Amino acid sequence: MGLTLPILILAIPFTMFLILGLGGVKMSHKLAGILGILGNGTLAVIAYIVAFTYFFSGDPEFIVDGVRQQVQLFDVTWLAFTDRMVVNIGFLLDPICAMMLVVITTISFMVHLYSWGYMEGEKGFQRYYAFLALFTFSMLGLVVATNIFQMYIFWELVGVSSYLLIGFFYKLPSAVSASKKAFIVTRFADLFMLIGILLLSYYVSSTPADGVLGGASAFNFLMLNAQPIAVLQSTVGATFMGASVLTWAMVLIFVGGMGKSAMMPLHIWLPDAMEGPTPVSALIHAATMVVAGVYLVARFFPMFCIVPDSLTFICVVGAITAFYAAVVACAQIDIKRILAFSTISQIAFMMVALGCAYNEPVEGVHYSGLGYMAGMFHLFTHAMFKALLFLGAGCLIHAVHSNNYTEMGGLRKYMPICHWTFLIGCLAIAGIWPLSGFFSKDEMLAAMFSRHWFWGAWMTMVAGLTAFYMFRMYFLVFWWEENPKYKHEGHKPHDAPWQMSLPLIILAAVSCVAGFIPFGELVTFNGEPYHIHIEGSVAATSLTVAVLAIALATIMYAKKNPWPERVKNFWPSLWRAANRRFYWDEIYMFITHKFIFNIICKSIAWFDRHIIDGTMDGLAAVTQWTSVKIKGMQSGSAQSYVIWYFFGAVVLAAITWICIL
Amino acid sequence: MDLTMLWYLVPSVVMFAAGVYGFCTRKNMIALLISLELVLNAADLNFVVFNRFLFPDSMEGMVFTLFAIAIAAAETAIAIAIIINIYREVGNTDINSVKQMKF
Amino acid sequence: MDSVANIILYFVVALVIVVCSVLTVTSRKILRAATYLLFVLIGTAIFYFQLGFQFLGAVQIAVYAGGIMVLFVFSILLTRRPDEDTPLLDSHRRALGITVAGLGLVLLCLAIFFMPLINGLSLTDCINSGMTIDMHTIGQAFIGTNRFQYLLPFEAISVLLLACIIGGVTVARKR
Repeated sequence: MGLTLPILILAIPFTMFLILGLGGVKMSHKLAGILGILGNGTLAVIAYIVAFTYFFSGDPEFIVDGVRQQVQLFDVTWLAFTDRMVVNIGFLLDPICAMMLVVITTISFMVHLYSWGYMEGEKGFQRYYAFLALFTFSMLGLVVATNIFQMYIFWELVGVSSYLLIGFFYKLPSAVSASKKAFIVTRFADLFMLIGILLLSYYVSSTPADGVLGGASAFNFLMLNAQPIAVLQSTVGATFMGASVLTWAMVLIFVGGMGKSAMMPLHIWLPDAMEGPTPVSALIHAATMVVAGVYLVARFFPMFCIVPDSLTFICVVGAITAFYAAVVACAQIDIKRILAFSTISQIAFMMVALGCAYNEPVEGVHYSGLGYMAGMFHLFTHAMFKALLFLGAGCLIHAVHSNNYTEMGGLRKYMPICHWTFLIGCLAIAGIWPLSGFFSKDEMLAAMFSRHWFWGAWMTMVAGLTAFYMFRMYFLVFWWEENPKYKHEGHKPHDAPWQMSLPLIILAAVSCVAGFIPFGELVTFNGEPYHIHIEGSVAATSLTVAVLAIALATIMYAKKNPWPERVKNFWPSLWRAANRRFYWDEIYMFITHKFIFNIICKSIAWFDRHIIDGTMDGLAAVTQWTSVKIKGMQSGSAQSYVIWYFFGAVVLAAITWICIL
Repeated sequence: MDLTMLWYLVPSVVMFAAGVYGFCTRKNMIALLISLELVLNAADLNFVVFNRFLFPDSMEGMVFTLFAIAIAAAETAIAIAIIINIYREVGNTDINSVKQMKF
Repeated sequence: MDSVANIILYFVVALVIVVCSVLTVTSRKILRAATYLLFVLIGTAIFYFQLGFQFLGAVQIAVYAGGIMVLFVFSILLTRRPDEDTPLLDSHRRALGITVAGLGLVLLCLAIFFMPLINGLSLTDCINSGMTIDMHTIGQAFIGTNRFQYLLPFEAISVLLLACIIGGVTVARKR
């Protein structure tokens, strides 16, 4: 493969960002929209060509003896601080990267198209498209990173563009605070990631550089994936508080991923991030950016495998988060919040799957890398159907001008396209055969069962909860009881324009068929193909659980009935706690306000105000006092000047004389 | 009895002290200027005396005094111009009437 | 051994200088002060002659006693009536002046009597042993740029005097 296409993949979105960002003011909305969509369409086509070439061309550059290779299409020195401290920028092509290219460009294109309808007439339309292009650029740069430093740079850029897009409606105080919250929380997590990277770099660069393994080349993913132990051996030996430095570094790097992927306890920003425009939520906070954490784990997977403790940590965090988010999602009113918590839960699913994967063959497990493959598979299918659900939610919000399902109900008659596509999305996420979610979820559960029955059982339960809360939302929005407001002519909701409906239909179609993609043949942790086969018992269990959950939801919510209220009143404090997300925000508020602000910051502020400022003020006061006291000496009388001068001369003469003698 | 350099330095010292005294006590600006001339003259005389008695083979002291006289002439001319200007403005030549010049 | 005439001349001139300096700064009539200054300047000029610097003495008389004194007299006559007396000094100010002047006097006397520079050569010996300073030598010294030649200061002084003329005219001009 030449260099043209890879460079274009990075250059097009960046150019779009520059054009729309700098020249957007001069453009009409229509021109900006068309430019954005065309640019992104081209980008998607190029990404498809690259991915297709990588997967199916059979080129010996990409596949050797049936094993897919990691290929560095280019890698140029960007910043050379010293000969051992070099930051490169390049393009690494491997199965997960190719898969992510497809996901990002597809969803981005859908969102560009959808936004044309959704954001029509909004002030700052051009700015919106410019930010979308910036986000696409950063995300693509992130997935093609050849080394940790490049990944970190784009990781932060992704955070910035997410911040800009959440705060797009900058006149709404809630949007502004949500964007700040998202930025601060993810930045806080990135701090740990940076510490992890620095730990690694310190230990690796303090070992003598033998040829290729010196300095920055040690952070090349190609090198890390091929021979992680050789590169990182110096970090395995050193220990800190009972764990090896590598364990610490990997856990810290994973904390960065936790921040971006909204794992507990750093999840608090994602529900608030729903203040951004809905297409943005679909693109960033459902399909692409929030899976950056999963991608991170997959990218560092060989290194995580050296220290199995860190994989266990990932499993635990993922399992807790998945359950927590699923429970909270059952008690939300805002449909975007429900989707947000469902996203958290599903991402946690992927994390657990990755944590349950092995690096090398294990006794009694027929395929050790199943969790890795399944996690990536679910990343792919989830991106499609979650984007679909978010865009559908956008249509609903567009139609009824509210985020809450209490303002909806009985919408299936008014919005048929939205209804059917939304139903497909819900079935997919619930894991019903033959939709895509079934296949990926089944593989994930199989991987978890193969690790330990506990993980499998726990996550099956979470899958059941997923089916329940999704269908709760579905029924409450589209069935339940028709909102009496719709009787009036002016309030009659209707399906969205074609720019918005078309992406829904495309994504629904993809969600239907994506499960039949032979994913195991394409993306595995070591590049060797794996033939997916449905594990009967696991599939039957999860399907049964899902169907039961859907049935329960149908009984409770298909028609207006008093059961939901009764269930709610059965244990009202639990419902309230779940509705308030188990008070995590309050806990954070308590810690930051009562503890950090009150105790730490106040004392620091006191110190600054009284000691540091006091010193400065004291200096000024002494100077002023002195000058007031001695200003009488400047009398303006030439004679007194002469007398003073004369005394000075006498003193000088005396000193000189003493020195001579 | 010899006329050594000490003999010549004594009148110079008296001139200098008288000049300083005048500068400190006089109020009239022209009188101040006159006192200043005394001080300058004492210095000039010292230069010449040192030249004659310590370095009889050269004439640098004399040259320096020549320059000093020229500069003193220039200085006096400008000073008197300024004094006359002040007199026009304030109506007298009292040094204390120009105290505002400190700002 | 200096000649008696020289010694007598010295004492006469030194007496004139000392007395007239004191009178210059104590006289209550300013025009008289200027006249006493004239005597001091002329006395200094005579010292210059006696020390063998004839040219310098001539310059002293021409510039100081001639030029500067005329300026003083004119400015005095322009700024006050000739018969006007300076008011008597208050004792406070006089005490201050005496202190400062006395301090200077003591310091200089100490310097004169204890400095190692002082030598005991007689005037006649010095004049006889030293170089003769005629107009030719002085002229040479002002038109060269070598060591002990002063073309640059000479030019600087000429520029200074020009600036002084212009400045004097500008400052004193009637507006």
